Amino acid sequence: MSHSPTPAAPVAFDVARIRADFPILNLRVAGKPLVYLDNAASSQMPQAVIDRLVRYQTHEHANIHRAVHYLSETATAAYEAARTTLQRFINAREAREVIFTSGTTEGINLVAQSWGRQNIRAGDEIILSVLEHHSNIVPWQMLAQEKGATIRVVPMNDAGELQLDVYEALFNERTRLVSVGHVSNALGSIHPVKQMITFAHAHGVPVLVDGAQAAPHLAVDVQELDCDFYAFSGHKLCGPTGIGILYGRAALLEAMPPFKGGGDMIHTVSFEKTTYASIPNKFEAGTPPIAAAIGLGAAADYLNTLGMATIAAHEHELLRDATEQLAATPGVRLLGTAQHKAAVLSFMLQGIHPHDVGTLLNQEGVAVRTGHHCAQPLMARLGVAATSRASFAFYNTHAEVDALVAGIRTVQKVFS
Amino acid sequence: MSADPKALYQDVILDHNRKPRNYGELAQPSHHAEGVNPLCGDHIHLALDIRDDTIERIAFHGESCAICKASASMMTTMVKGKHTDEAKTLIHEFVDMATGRVTAEASPHIGRLAVFSGISALPMRVKCAILPWHTLQAAFLSEPSTSTEADADPMRTAPGDA
Repeated sequence: MSHSPTPAAPVAFDVARIRADFPILNLRVAGKPLVYLDNAASSQMPQAVIDRLVRYQTHEHANIHRAVHYLSETATAAYEAARTTLQRFINAREAREVIFTSGTTEGINLVAQSWGRQNIRAGDEIILSVLEHHSNIVPWQMLAQEKGATIRVVPMNDAGELQLDVYEALFNERTRLVSVGHVSNALGSIHPVKQMITFAHAHGVPVLVDGAQAAPHLAVDVQELDCDFYAFSGHKLCGPTGIGILYGRAALLEAMPPFKGGGDMIHTVSFEKTTYASIPNKFEAGTPPIAAAIGLGAAADYLNTLGMATIAAHEHELLRDATEQLAATPGVRLLGTAQHKAAVLSFMLQGIHPHDVGTLLNQEGVAVRTGHHCAQPLMARLGVAATSRASFAFYNTHAEVDALVAGIRTVQKVFS
Repeated sequence: MSADPKALYQDVILDHNRKPRNYGELAQPSHHAEGVNPLCGDHIHLALDIRDDTIERIAFHGESCAICKASASMMTTMVKGKHTDEAKTLIHEFVDMATGRVTAEASPHIGRLAVFSGISALPMRVKCAILPWHTLQAAFLSEPSTSTEADADPMRTAPGDA
Protein backbone atom coordinates (compact mmCIF):
# COMPACT_ATOMS: atom_id res chain seq x y z
CA MET A 1 0.00 0.00 0.00
CA SER A 2 0.97 3.58 -0.41
CA HIS A 3 1.40 6.04 2.42
CA SER A 4 0.12 8.76 0.12
CA PRO A 5 -3.49 9.82 0.40
CA THR A 6 -5.75 8.32 -2.20
CA PRO A 7 -6.74 10.83 -4.88
CA ALA A 8 -10.18 12.40 -4.77
CA ALA A 9 -13.09 10.10 -5.50
CA PRO A 10 -14.12 10.25 -9.13
CA VAL A 11 -17.77 9.67 -8.27
CA ALA A 12 -19.92 11.17 -5.55
CA PHE A 13 -19.92 9.16 -2.34
CA ASP A 14 -23.50 8.62 -1.16
CA VAL A 15 -23.03 9.68 2.43
CA ALA A 16 -26.75 10.01 3.14
CA ARG A 17 -27.28 6.36 2.28
CA ILE A 18 -24.30 5.30 4.38
CA ARG A 19 -25.43 7.37 7.36
CA ALA A 20 -28.73 5.49 7.31
CA ASP A 21 -26.70 2.38 8.22
CA PHE A 22 -25.67 3.96 11.55
CA PRO A 23 -28.65 4.31 13.94
CA ILE A 24 -26.64 6.28 16.53
CA LEU A 25 -26.08 9.11 14.05
CA ASN A 26 -29.77 10.03 14.44
CA LEU A 27 -29.12 11.03 18.04
CA ARG A 28 -29.68 14.59 19.16
CA VAL A 29 -27.34 16.08 21.75
CA ALA A 30 -28.20 19.26 23.63
CA GLY A 31 -31.21 19.56 21.32
CA LYS A 32 -29.04 19.57 18.20
CA PRO A 33 -28.16 16.83 15.70
CA LEU A 34 -25.13 14.86 16.85
CA VAL A 35 -21.99 15.80 14.93
CA TYR A 36 -19.70 12.94 15.88
CA LEU A 37 -16.07 13.93 15.29
CA ASP A 38 -14.33 11.68 17.81
CA ASN A 39 -13.79 8.75 15.48
CA ALA A 40 -10.10 8.44 16.28
CA ALA A 41 -11.14 7.49 19.81
CA SER A 42 -13.89 5.10 18.73
CA SER A 43 -16.04 4.86 15.63
CA GLN A 44 -19.74 4.01 15.51
CA MET A 45 -21.28 0.67 14.59
CA PRO A 46 -23.43 0.06 11.51
CA GLN A 47 -26.70 -1.88 11.75
CA ALA A 48 -25.10 -4.80 9.88
CA VAL A 49 -22.62 -5.34 12.72
CA ILE A 50 -25.27 -4.86 15.41
CA ASP A 51 -27.47 -7.41 13.58
CA ARG A 52 -24.58 -9.87 13.33
CA LEU A 53 -23.99 -9.64 17.10
CA VAL A 54 -27.68 -10.21 17.77
CA ARG A 55 -27.81 -13.16 15.34
CA TYR A 56 -24.78 -14.73 17.02
CA GLN A 57 -26.17 -14.37 20.52
CA THR A 58 -29.64 -15.45 19.40
CA HIS A 59 -28.76 -18.48 17.29
CA GLU A 60 -25.07 -19.44 17.39
CA HIS A 61 -23.47 -18.98 20.80
CA ALA A 62 -21.48 -21.63 22.65
CA ASN A 63 -17.83 -21.93 23.64
CA ILE A 64 -15.46 -22.53 20.75
CA HIS A 65 -12.80 -25.13 19.96
CA ARG A 66 -14.15 -27.61 22.51
CA ALA A 67 -17.39 -29.49 22.29
CA VAL A 68 -18.70 -31.58 19.40
CA HIS A 69 -22.25 -30.31 19.69
CA TYR A 70 -24.03 -28.19 17.10
CA LEU A 71 -23.71 -24.78 18.76
CA SER A 72 -20.03 -25.16 19.59
CA GLU A 73 -19.30 -26.13 16.01
CA THR A 74 -21.39 -23.22 14.70
CA ALA A 75 -19.66 -20.72 16.99
CA THR A 76 -16.21 -22.10 16.13
CA ALA A 77 -16.93 -21.87 12.41
CA ALA A 78 -18.13 -18.27 12.76
CA TYR A 79 -15.12 -17.30 14.87
CA GLU A 80 -12.64 -18.83 12.44
CA ALA A 81 -14.51 -17.34 9.47
CA ALA A 82 -14.02 -13.92 11.08
CA ARG A 83 -10.29 -14.64 11.33
CA THR A 84 -10.21 -15.40 7.61
CA THR A 85 -12.14 -12.20 6.85
CA LEU A 86 -9.58 -10.19 8.82
CA GLN A 87 -6.73 -12.06 7.12
CA ARG A 88 -8.07 -10.89 3.76
CA PHE A 89 -8.77 -7.40 5.12
CA ILE A 90 -5.04 -6.87 5.77
CA ASN A 91 -3.86 -9.30 3.04
CA ALA A 92 -1.96 -11.61 5.40
CA ARG A 93 -0.57 -14.76 3.79
CA GLU A 94 -2.31 -17.11 6.19
CA ALA A 95 -5.16 -16.98 8.71
CA ARG A 96 -2.89 -18.35 11.44
CA GLU A 97 -0.89 -15.11 11.27
CA VAL A 98 -3.97 -13.27 12.58
CA ILE A 99 -4.19 -13.31 16.39
CA PHE A 100 -7.33 -12.07 18.11
CA THR A 101 -6.39 -9.72 20.95
CA SER A 102 -8.40 -7.37 23.14
CA GLY A 103 -7.14 -4.43 21.08
CA THR A 104 -4.05 -2.62 19.86
CA THR A 105 -2.73 -2.20 23.39
CA GLU A 106 -2.79 -5.94 24.05
CA GLY A 107 -1.24 -6.65 20.66
CA ILE A 108 1.74 -4.43 21.43
CA ASN A 109 2.05 -5.83 24.95
CA LEU A 110 1.96 -9.35 23.51
CA VAL A 111 4.95 -8.61 21.28
CA ALA A 112 6.80 -6.76 24.05
CA GLN A 113 6.29 -9.53 26.60
CA SER A 114 6.68 -12.53 24.30
CA TRP A 115 9.06 -11.55 21.47
CA GLY A 116 10.65 -8.79 23.53
CA ARG A 117 11.53 -10.81 26.63
CA GLN A 118 12.94 -13.52 24.40
CA ASN A 119 15.01 -11.25 22.17
CA ILE A 120 15.87 -8.02 24.00
CA ARG A 121 18.99 -7.97 26.18
CA ALA A 122 20.88 -5.42 28.26
CA GLY A 123 22.25 -2.64 26.11
CA ASP A 124 19.87 -3.30 23.21
CA GLU A 125 17.99 -0.44 21.62
CA ILE A 126 14.34 -0.07 20.59
CA ILE A 127 13.36 2.73 18.21
CA LEU A 128 10.03 4.54 18.71
CA SER A 129 8.83 7.93 17.47
CA VAL A 130 7.91 11.08 19.35
CA LEU A 131 4.34 10.82 18.01
CA GLU A 132 3.56 7.47 19.61
CA HIS A 133 0.43 6.83 21.63
CA HIS A 134 1.26 5.83 25.21
CA SER A 135 0.30 2.25 24.32
CA ASN A 136 3.28 2.13 21.97
CA ILE A 137 5.63 3.67 24.56
CA VAL A 138 4.88 2.19 27.96
CA PRO A 139 5.08 -1.54 27.03
CA TRP A 140 8.57 -0.90 25.64
CA GLN A 141 9.63 1.11 28.67
CA MET A 142 8.51 -1.74 30.92
CA LEU A 143 10.53 -4.17 28.81
CA ALA A 144 13.55 -1.85 28.63
CA GLN A 145 13.50 -1.38 32.39
CA GLU A 146 13.37 -5.12 32.98
CA LYS A 147 16.14 -5.89 30.50
CA GLY A 148 18.35 -2.83 30.79
CA ALA A 149 17.60 -1.83 27.22
CA THR A 150 17.33 1.71 25.84
CA ILE A 151 14.52 3.53 24.00
CA ARG A 152 15.61 5.73 21.08
CA VAL A 153 13.13 8.29 19.73
CA VAL A 154 12.67 9.46 16.15
CA PRO A 155 11.92 13.20 16.24
CA MET A 156 9.53 15.11 13.97
CA ASN A 157 9.57 18.45 12.20
CA ASP A 158 7.14 21.24 13.09
CA ALA A 159 4.61 19.92 10.58
CA GLY A 160 4.42 16.61 12.43
CA GLU A 161 6.44 14.56 9.94
CA LEU A 162 9.04 12.07 11.13
CA GLN A 163 12.64 13.04 10.40
CA LEU A 164 13.80 10.09 8.40
CA ASP A 165 17.45 11.19 8.26
CA VAL A 166 17.55 11.07 12.07
CA TYR A 167 15.68 7.75 12.03
CA GLU A 168 18.31 6.20 9.80
CA ALA A 169 21.13 7.67 11.90
CA LEU A 170 19.67 6.00 15.04
CA PHE A 171 20.50 2.52 13.71
CA ASN A 172 23.56 0.77 15.12
CA GLU A 173 24.59 -2.78 16.02
CA ARG A 174 22.45 -2.65 19.22
CA THR A 175 19.21 -1.81 17.41
CA ARG A 176 16.80 -4.73 17.90
CA LEU A 177 13.33 -3.43 17.05
CA VAL A 178 11.41 -0.53 15.52
CA SER A 179 7.87 0.06 16.81
CA VAL A 180 6.12 2.92 15.09
CA GLY A 181 2.62 4.20 14.48
CA HIS A 182 1.24 4.10 10.96
CA VAL A 183 -0.95 7.18 11.48
CA SER A 184 -0.63 9.60 14.42
CA ASN A 185 -3.75 9.62 16.58
CA ALA A 186 -3.11 13.18 17.74
CA LEU A 187 -2.03 14.89 14.51
CA GLY A 188 -3.14 12.54 11.73
CA SER A 189 0.32 12.37 10.12
CA ILE A 190 0.68 9.30 7.90
CA HIS A 191 4.18 8.01 8.48
CA PRO A 192 6.25 6.53 5.64
CA VAL A 193 6.28 3.13 7.32
CA LYS A 194 7.07 1.16 4.16
CA GLN A 195 10.24 3.15 3.64
CA MET A 196 11.09 2.80 7.34
CA ILE A 197 10.53 -0.96 7.23
CA THR A 198 12.74 -1.37 4.17
CA PHE A 199 15.54 0.51 5.93
CA ALA A 200 15.14 -1.48 9.16
CA HIS A 201 15.14 -4.80 7.32
CA ALA A 202 18.35 -3.81 5.52
CA HIS A 203 19.81 -3.72 9.05
CA GLY A 204 18.17 -7.00 10.05
CA VAL A 205 15.75 -5.23 12.42
CA PRO A 206 12.07 -6.26 12.62
CA VAL A 207 9.30 -3.64 12.70
CA LEU A 208 6.00 -3.51 14.58
CA VAL A 209 3.45 -1.11 13.13
CA ASP A 210 0.78 0.34 15.43
CA GLY A 211 -2.07 0.50 12.95
CA ALA A 212 -4.82 1.59 15.34
CA GLN A 213 -5.41 4.82 13.40
CA ALA A 214 -4.55 3.49 9.95
CA ALA A 215 -6.72 0.40 9.62
CA PRO A 216 -9.98 2.43 9.72
CA HIS A 217 -8.83 4.83 7.01
CA LEU A 218 -6.41 3.17 4.60
CA ALA A 219 -6.26 -0.13 2.77
CA VAL A 220 -3.71 -2.06 4.84
CA ASP A 221 -1.61 -4.67 3.05
CA VAL A 222 0.83 -6.29 5.45
CA GLN A 223 2.61 -8.16 2.65
CA GLU A 224 3.15 -5.01 0.63
CA LEU A 225 4.33 -3.16 3.76
CA ASP A 226 6.47 -6.19 4.60
CA CYS A 227 5.99 -5.41 8.32
CA ASP A 228 6.75 -8.05 10.94
CA PHE A 229 3.89 -7.18 13.28
CA TYR A 230 0.78 -5.04 12.73
CA ALA A 231 -1.63 -4.26 15.57
CA PHE A 232 -5.06 -2.61 15.42
CA SER A 233 -8.37 -2.36 17.28
CA GLY A 234 -11.88 -3.38 16.30
CA HIS A 235 -13.78 -0.51 17.87
CA LYS A 236 -12.07 2.12 15.71
CA LEU A 237 -13.11 0.05 12.70
CA CYS A 238 -16.89 0.09 13.25
CA GLY A 239 -16.58 -3.11 15.29
CA PRO A 240 -17.10 -3.85 18.99
CA THR A 241 -14.79 -2.89 21.84
CA GLY A 242 -12.66 -5.57 23.49
CA ILE A 243 -11.42 -7.07 20.23
CA GLY A 244 -8.42 -6.36 18.04
CA ILE A 245 -5.92 -7.98 15.76
CA LEU A 246 -2.24 -8.67 16.00
CA TYR A 247 -0.78 -9.73 12.70
CA GLY A 248 2.59 -11.43 12.97
CA ARG A 249 4.82 -13.09 10.45
CA ALA A 250 4.25 -16.85 10.95
CA ALA A 251 7.94 -17.68 11.45
CA LEU A 252 8.23 -15.02 14.18
CA LEU A 253 5.02 -16.07 15.93
CA GLU A 254 6.03 -19.73 15.88
CA ALA A 255 9.37 -18.97 17.54
CA MET A 256 7.79 -16.82 20.26
CA PRO A 257 6.81 -18.15 23.70
CA PRO A 258 3.16 -17.85 24.79
CA PHE A 259 2.00 -14.54 26.23
CA LYS A 260 -0.65 -15.86 28.60
CA GLY A 261 -1.12 -19.38 29.92
CA GLY A 262 -4.45 -21.15 30.13
CA GLY A 263 -6.96 -23.20 28.24
CA ASP A 264 -7.06 -23.29 24.44
CA MET A 265 -3.35 -22.43 24.11
CA ILE A 266 -1.98 -25.87 24.97
CA HIS A 267 -1.32 -29.08 23.10
CA THR A 268 -0.93 -31.38 26.09
CA VAL A 269 -0.70 -30.61 29.81
CA SER A 270 0.79 -32.66 32.60
CA PHE A 271 2.36 -31.48 35.85
CA GLU A 272 5.72 -32.47 34.45
CA LYS A 273 5.50 -30.80 31.07
CA THR A 274 3.10 -28.78 28.97
CA THR A 275 3.38 -28.43 25.22
CA TYR A 276 1.82 -25.49 23.49
CA ALA A 277 -0.67 -25.31 20.68
CA SER A 278 0.32 -24.03 17.26
CA ILE A 279 -0.35 -20.46 16.23
CA PRO A 280 -2.75 -18.71 16.42
CA ASN A 281 -4.19 -20.67 19.39
CA LYS A 282 -0.90 -20.42 21.31
CA PHE A 283 -1.66 -16.71 21.78
CA GLU A 284 -5.37 -17.02 22.52
CA ALA A 285 -5.50 -18.45 26.03
CA GLY A 286 -8.91 -18.74 27.62
CA THR A 287 -12.33 -18.15 26.10
CA PRO A 288 -11.93 -15.21 23.72
CA PRO A 289 -14.55 -12.52 23.12
CA ILE A 290 -16.22 -14.71 20.49
CA ALA A 291 -19.11 -12.38 19.69
CA ALA A 292 -16.77 -9.39 19.39
CA ALA A 293 -14.49 -11.28 16.99
CA ILE A 294 -17.46 -12.23 14.83
CA GLY A 295 -18.69 -8.63 15.01
CA LEU A 296 -15.29 -7.40 13.86
CA GLY A 297 -15.49 -9.77 10.93
CA ALA A 298 -18.87 -8.28 10.03
CA ALA A 299 -17.37 -4.78 10.33
CA ALA A 300 -14.57 -5.71 7.91
CA ASP A 301 -17.20 -7.11 5.52
CA TYR A 302 -19.11 -3.85 5.77
CA LEU A 303 -16.04 -1.72 5.09
CA ASN A 304 -15.12 -3.96 2.16
CA THR A 305 -18.49 -3.32 0.55
CA LEU A 306 -17.79 0.42 0.72
CA GLY A 307 -14.18 -0.02 -0.35
CA MET A 308 -11.25 1.33 1.66
CA ALA A 309 -10.04 3.43 -1.28
CA THR A 310 -13.46 5.11 -1.55
CA ILE A 311 -13.49 5.66 2.22
CA ALA A 312 -10.01 7.23 2.10
CA ALA A 313 -10.99 9.50 -0.79
CA HIS A 314 -14.14 10.81 0.94
CA GLU A 315 -12.30 11.36 4.22
CA HIS A 316 -9.55 13.18 2.37
CA GLU A 317 -12.12 15.59 0.93
CA LEU A 318 -13.47 16.21 4.45
CA LEU A 319 -9.92 16.83 5.69
CA ARG A 320 -9.24 19.29 2.87
CA ASP A 321 -12.52 21.14 3.54
CA ALA A 322 -11.99 21.27 7.32
CA THR A 323 -8.34 22.30 6.99
CA GLU A 324 -9.22 25.12 4.60
CA GLN A 325 -12.10 26.39 6.73
CA LEU A 326 -10.19 26.24 10.02
CA ALA A 327 -7.09 27.83 8.50
CA ALA A 328 -9.32 30.69 7.35
CA THR A 329 -10.89 31.16 10.81
CA PRO A 330 -9.17 33.86 12.89
CA GLY A 331 -7.84 32.68 16.26
CA VAL A 332 -7.50 29.04 15.18
CA ARG A 333 -4.10 27.36 15.09
CA LEU A 334 -3.82 23.96 13.40
CA LEU A 335 -1.34 21.51 14.90
CA GLY A 336 -0.02 18.94 12.47
CA THR A 337 0.26 20.01 8.86
CA ALA A 338 2.01 16.98 7.44
CA GLN A 339 1.83 16.59 3.69
CA HIS A 340 0.34 13.12 4.09
CA LYS A 341 -2.46 13.09 6.62
CA ALA A 342 -5.49 11.10 7.68
CA ALA A 343 -8.64 13.05 8.53
CA VAL A 344 -7.55 14.15 12.00
CA LEU A 345 -7.38 17.85 12.92
CA SER A 346 -5.77 18.99 16.15
CA PHE A 347 -6.26 22.65 16.87
CA MET A 348 -5.95 25.38 19.47
CA LEU A 349 -8.21 28.40 19.88
CA GLN A 350 -6.23 31.42 20.92
CA GLY A 351 -6.72 32.17 24.62
CA ILE A 352 -9.24 29.36 25.15
CA HIS A 353 -8.37 26.11 26.87
CA PRO A 354 -9.26 22.91 24.94
CA HIS A 355 -11.49 21.67 27.76
CA ASP A 356 -13.60 24.78 27.55
CA VAL A 357 -13.72 24.31 23.77
CA GLY A 358 -14.90 20.71 24.16
CA THR A 359 -17.59 21.52 26.71
CA LEU A 360 -19.00 24.39 24.62
CA LEU A 361 -18.83 22.46 21.32
CA ASN A 362 -20.78 19.67 22.99
CA GLN A 363 -23.48 22.24 23.65
CA GLU A 364 -23.67 22.64 19.85
CA GLY A 365 -23.99 18.87 19.44
CA VAL A 366 -20.39 18.59 18.22
CA ALA A 367 -18.33 15.80 19.80
CA VAL A 368 -14.58 16.38 19.70
CA ARG A 369 -11.81 15.03 21.88
CA THR A 370 -9.87 17.38 24.13
CA GLY A 371 -6.78 16.56 26.14
CA HIS A 372 -3.35 15.09 25.59
CA HIS A 373 -4.65 12.22 23.41
CA CYS A 374 -2.50 9.70 25.32
CA ALA A 375 0.53 11.25 23.63
CA GLN A 376 2.19 13.35 26.33
CA PRO A 377 5.69 13.25 24.78
CA LEU A 378 4.14 14.67 21.60
CA MET A 379 2.33 17.39 23.58
CA ALA A 380 5.67 18.29 25.20
CA ARG A 381 7.26 18.49 21.74
CA LEU A 382 4.43 20.78 20.59
CA GLY A 383 4.73 22.87 23.76
CA VAL A 384 1.07 22.45 24.72
CA ALA A 385 -0.66 20.59 27.57
CA ALA A 386 -3.66 19.64 25.48
CA THR A 387 -5.35 20.19 22.14
CA SER A 388 -8.83 19.89 20.71
CA ARG A 389 -9.11 17.18 18.07
CA ALA A 390 -11.74 16.61 15.41
CA SER A 391 -11.37 13.21 13.74
CA PHE A 392 -13.54 12.22 10.81
CA ALA A 393 -14.97 8.96 9.53
CA PHE A 394 -16.49 8.11 6.15
CA TYR A 395 -20.00 8.79 7.50
CA ASN A 396 -19.18 12.41 8.25
CA THR A 397 -20.34 15.13 5.88
CA HIS A 398 -19.29 18.54 4.64
CA ALA A 399 -22.30 19.94 6.53
CA GLU A 400 -20.71 18.56 9.69
CA VAL A 401 -17.45 20.32 8.86
CA ASP A 402 -19.54 23.50 8.62
CA ALA A 403 -21.14 22.70 11.99
CA LEU A 404 -17.68 22.32 13.56
CA VAL A 405 -16.56 25.67 12.20
CA ALA A 406 -19.82 27.36 13.29
CA GLY A 407 -19.39 25.76 16.73
CA ILE A 408 -15.86 27.12 16.99
CA ARG A 409 -17.13 30.60 16.18
CA THR A 410 -19.75 30.23 18.93
CA VAL A 411 -17.05 29.22 21.41
CA GLN A 412 -14.99 32.24 20.40
CA LYS A 413 -18.03 34.48 20.88
CA VAL A 414 -18.57 33.20 24.44
CA PHE A 415 -14.95 34.05 25.26
CA SER A 416 -14.82 37.34 23.34
CA MET B 1 -28.57 24.10 39.13
CA SER B 2 -28.25 24.28 35.38
CA ALA B 3 -27.24 21.60 32.89
CA ASP B 4 -26.53 24.25 30.27
CA PRO B 5 -22.79 24.79 29.98
CA LYS B 6 -23.38 28.20 28.46
CA ALA B 7 -25.04 29.16 31.74
CA LEU B 8 -21.87 28.06 33.48
CA TYR B 9 -19.71 30.20 31.24
CA GLN B 10 -21.35 33.33 32.53
CA ASP B 11 -19.80 36.74 32.93
CA VAL B 12 -18.38 36.33 36.41
CA ILE B 13 -16.46 33.17 35.49
CA LEU B 14 -15.28 34.59 32.16
CA ASP B 15 -14.18 37.76 33.92
CA HIS B 16 -12.11 35.88 36.51
CA ASN B 17 -10.61 33.80 33.70
CA ARG B 18 -9.66 36.92 31.76
CA LYS B 19 -8.43 38.88 34.77
CA PRO B 20 -7.56 36.38 37.50
CA ARG B 21 -7.27 37.96 40.95
CA ASN B 22 -4.26 37.32 43.19
CA TYR B 23 -2.44 35.87 40.19
CA GLY B 24 1.31 35.45 40.57
CA GLU B 25 3.81 34.29 43.16
CA LEU B 26 4.51 35.12 46.80
CA ALA B 27 7.98 35.73 48.21
CA GLN B 28 8.62 33.33 51.11
CA PRO B 29 5.12 31.91 51.63
CA SER B 30 4.44 30.00 54.83
CA HIS B 31 2.43 27.38 52.93
CA HIS B 32 2.38 26.29 49.31
CA ALA B 33 1.23 23.39 47.14
CA GLU B 34 0.98 22.40 43.51
CA GLY B 35 -2.18 20.82 42.17
CA VAL B 36 -2.20 18.80 38.97
CA ASN B 37 -4.85 17.07 36.94
CA PRO B 38 -2.88 14.40 35.07
CA LEU B 39 -5.87 13.64 32.86
CA CYS B 40 -5.62 17.01 31.13
CA GLY B 41 -2.23 18.36 32.18
CA ASP B 42 -3.69 21.28 34.09
CA HIS B 43 -1.63 22.48 37.03
CA ILE B 44 -1.78 25.36 39.47
CA HIS B 45 0.66 26.59 42.09
CA LEU B 46 -0.80 28.06 45.24
CA ALA B 47 1.13 30.03 47.86
CA LEU B 48 -0.15 31.40 51.16
CA ASP B 49 1.11 33.40 54.06
CA ILE B 50 -0.70 32.27 57.19
CA ARG B 51 -0.18 34.15 60.45
CA ASP B 52 -2.07 33.38 63.67
CA ASP B 53 -4.32 31.04 61.64
CA THR B 54 -5.30 33.88 59.33
CA ILE B 55 -4.64 33.85 55.58
CA GLU B 56 -2.83 37.17 55.23
CA ARG B 57 -1.71 36.76 51.64
CA ILE B 58 -2.51 34.26 48.87
CA ALA B 59 -1.49 33.92 45.24
CA PHE B 60 -1.77 31.35 42.46
CA HIS B 61 -0.47 30.79 38.97
CA GLY B 62 -0.43 27.97 36.42
CA GLU B 63 -1.94 26.59 33.23
CA SER B 64 -5.56 25.60 33.23
CA CYS B 65 -8.97 25.89 31.66
CA ALA B 66 -11.32 28.79 32.35
CA ILE B 67 -13.31 26.83 34.92
CA CYS B 68 -10.20 25.97 36.94
CA LYS B 69 -8.68 29.43 36.68
CA ALA B 70 -11.88 31.22 37.63
CA SER B 71 -12.41 28.81 40.51
CA ALA B 72 -8.87 29.50 41.76
CA SER B 73 -9.26 33.25 41.35
CA MET B 74 -12.57 33.38 43.18
CA MET B 75 -11.23 31.05 45.86
CA THR B 76 -8.37 33.42 46.62
CA THR B 77 -10.70 36.40 46.94
CA MET B 78 -13.03 34.41 49.20
CA VAL B 79 -10.40 33.09 51.65
CA LYS B 80 -8.01 36.04 51.81
CA GLY B 81 -8.12 37.56 55.30
CA LYS B 82 -10.15 34.63 56.62
CA HIS B 83 -9.35 32.27 59.48
CA THR B 84 -8.12 28.92 58.22
CA ASP B 85 -11.11 27.19 59.83
CA GLU B 86 -13.45 29.32 57.74
CA ALA B 87 -11.45 28.45 54.63
CA LYS B 88 -11.66 24.74 55.47
CA THR B 89 -15.43 24.99 55.87
CA LEU B 90 -15.60 26.67 52.47
CA ILE B 91 -13.47 23.92 50.88
CA HIS B 92 -15.96 21.31 51.99
CA GLU B 93 -18.97 23.35 50.98
CA PHE B 94 -17.51 24.01 47.55
CA VAL B 95 -16.56 20.38 46.89
CA ASP B 96 -19.96 19.17 48.11
CA MET B 97 -21.70 21.65 45.81
CA ALA B 98 -19.50 20.96 42.79
CA THR B 99 -19.96 17.22 43.11
CA GLY B 100 -23.72 17.64 43.46
CA ARG B 101 -23.99 16.32 47.01
CA VAL B 102 -25.38 19.58 48.37
CA THR B 103 -27.19 22.40 46.57
CA ALA B 104 -25.83 25.94 46.57
CA GLU B 105 -28.94 27.02 48.49
CA ALA B 106 -28.04 24.59 51.28
CA SER B 107 -24.45 25.87 51.48
CA PRO B 108 -24.47 28.76 53.99
CA HIS B 109 -21.03 30.18 53.16
CA ILE B 110 -20.91 29.61 49.40
CA GLY B 111 -21.97 33.14 48.39
CA ARG B 112 -20.94 34.11 44.85
CA LEU B 113 -19.26 30.71 44.37
CA ALA B 114 -22.79 29.51 43.58
CA VAL B 115 -21.98 30.35 39.95
CA PHE B 116 -20.15 26.99 39.90
CA SER B 117 -23.21 24.97 40.94
CA GLY B 118 -23.87 23.98 37.31
CA ILE B 119 -20.57 22.11 37.12
CA SER B 120 -22.11 19.08 38.87
CA ALA B 121 -24.03 18.41 35.63
CA LEU B 122 -20.70 18.08 33.77
CA PRO B 123 -18.95 15.15 35.44
CA MET B 124 -15.84 15.46 33.26
CA ARG B 125 -15.37 19.05 34.36
CA VAL B 126 -15.96 18.74 38.12
CA LYS B 127 -12.25 18.11 38.69
CA CYS B 128 -11.40 21.35 36.89
CA ALA B 129 -13.49 23.34 39.35
CA ILE B 130 -12.30 21.61 42.52
CA LEU B 131 -8.58 21.36 41.70
CA PRO B 132 -7.78 24.76 43.33
CA TRP B 133 -9.68 23.70 46.46
CA HIS B 134 -7.81 20.38 46.60
CA THR B 135 -4.61 22.37 46.32
CA LEU B 136 -5.62 24.71 49.16
CA GLN B 137 -6.33 21.69 51.34
CA ALA B 138 -2.92 20.23 50.45
CA ALA B 139 -1.23 23.53 51.36
CA PHE B 140 -2.98 23.53 54.76
CA LEU B 141 -1.71 19.99 55.32
CA SER B 142 1.79 21.07 54.19
CA GLU B 143 1.69 18.56 51.35
CA PRO B 144 3.80 19.97 48.52
CA SER B 145 1.66 18.51 45.78
CA THR B 146 -1.71 16.98 45.13
CA SER B 147 -3.31 15.30 42.18
CA THR B 148 -6.90 14.73 41.23
CA GLU B 149 -5.91 11.10 40.63
CA ALA B 150 -3.70 10.42 43.66
CA ASP B 151 -4.62 8.10 46.51
CA ALA B 152 -3.17 10.82 48.71
CA ASP B 153 -5.70 13.30 47.38
CA PRO B 154 -6.92 14.89 50.62
CA MET B 155 -10.43 15.34 49.21
CA ARG B 156 -10.71 11.79 47.90
CA THR B 157 -13.97 12.19 46.06
CA ALA B 158 -15.68 8.91 45.36
CA PRO B 159 -15.32 7.43 41.87
CA GLY B 160 -17.96 8.89 39.63
CA ASP B 161 -18.04 12.15 41.49
CA ALA B 162 -15.45 13.68 39.25
